[in-house]
Amino acid sequence: MLPFDRVVERHGTTVWRVCRAVLDEHDTDDAWSETFVAALIAYPSLPETADVGAWLVTIAHRKAIDVARARTRRPRPVEVVPESRPAPPADEALTRRDELVRALEQLPPGQRRAVVHHHLLGLSHAEAAELTGVSPAAARRASSDGIARLRSILTAADPSPPRRTP
Amino acid sequence: MTGPTDPVPADDDDARLRRLLDDFAPGDDRLAALRARFVRSASDAEAIDVSYRTLDSPVGRLLVCATTVGVVRVAFDVEGLDGVLERLAAAISPRIVEAPAALDDAAAQLDEYFRGERRSFDLPLDRRLSKGFQRIVLEHLPDIAYGGTESYAAVARAAGSPRAVRAVGTACATNPLPVVVPCHRVVRSDGTPGRYRGGMAAKQILLDLEAAS
Repeated sequence: MLPFDRVVERHGTTVWRVCRAVLDEHDTDDAWSETFVAALIAYPSLPETADVGAWLVTIAHRKAIDVARARTRRPRPVEVVPESRPAPPADEALTRRDELVRALEQLPPGQRRAVVHHHLLGLSHAEAAELTGVSPAAARRASSDGIARLRSILTAADPSPPRRTP
Repeated sequence: MTGPTDPVPADDDDARLRRLLDDFAPGDDRLAALRARFVRSASDAEAIDVSYRTLDSPVGRLLVCATTVGVVRVAFDVEGLDGVLERLAAAISPRIVEAPAALDDAAAQLDEYFRGERRSFDLPLDRRLSKGFQRIVLEHLPDIAYGGTESYAAVARAAGSPRAVRAVGTACATNPLPVVVPCHRVVRSDGTPGRYRGGMAAKQILLDLEAAS
């Protein structure tokens, strides 16, 4: 069995994506940490043949939902989100990432999750459906609607996307 | 993945979107902060069975591992740190996490030792990785004074098995707690250093360090 540290190294980004698909940046931190603590405790009893990545995705999604529920019951003191956009980061890659995150946040929650689960984590629509408790058809529809919406948001934000020539 | 020369624009667009989606990830700084926070929570929950950290030393990078009992393993870079951790996962528990704060004391004492400012270690040890004759041999080693040496034959006599010279050699060469348990002070009768987990050169460096301090 791999030392747990290697598991964190290998799957840290995946767990972040699962949590961030449900939560904002701040709450994602909570869910990420809770996911790995829970996984660490249960780790020795995981069968050798288990798919550690899939196991973590399940825990992460459950933790993210828990954090989201706790948040609805006990909202944060600052309810008004500042309207002004933050100063654009100097780094072009960061700007691009910011735009993408903002675009993903504009998607309805179901579509956002579906896009992340299918296109980023590589789950099949059936697996994504099982994870979130919807029908496979609904998961497929949410994913393709999400992609279409994402594309239109990103195109609107950047009307003349530079076409990279190889 | 769609190749860059793919003539179908829709697929090209998909590939572009997919590349963009890859950016939906935490940066390295964020991941490091998340890890640090996880380690604190895991420590608070007492869910870590083996903590470890690495430190630089005159004999190369050292890996220091501890259980809740005490320091359980010191390893040299030449042993291959990944392999050492994997064997610890099998021998003790896979709940292994890099948790430097848990090893602050051990790291500070090792630093002092390598600066020539410390002659013996005052650390709780977990000796579960050495058993039987090896354990008897290793428990005798702190009796060899700092800066001094003893031959394999002399250690065999002290361990009550004067004929077990070769077994003493093996016990020292596989000491799970080198440096802290001073197997480097056991040398060949002709004065040459003999086998060592960190390599013969590392053994000589430690002997020279102690002779000079």
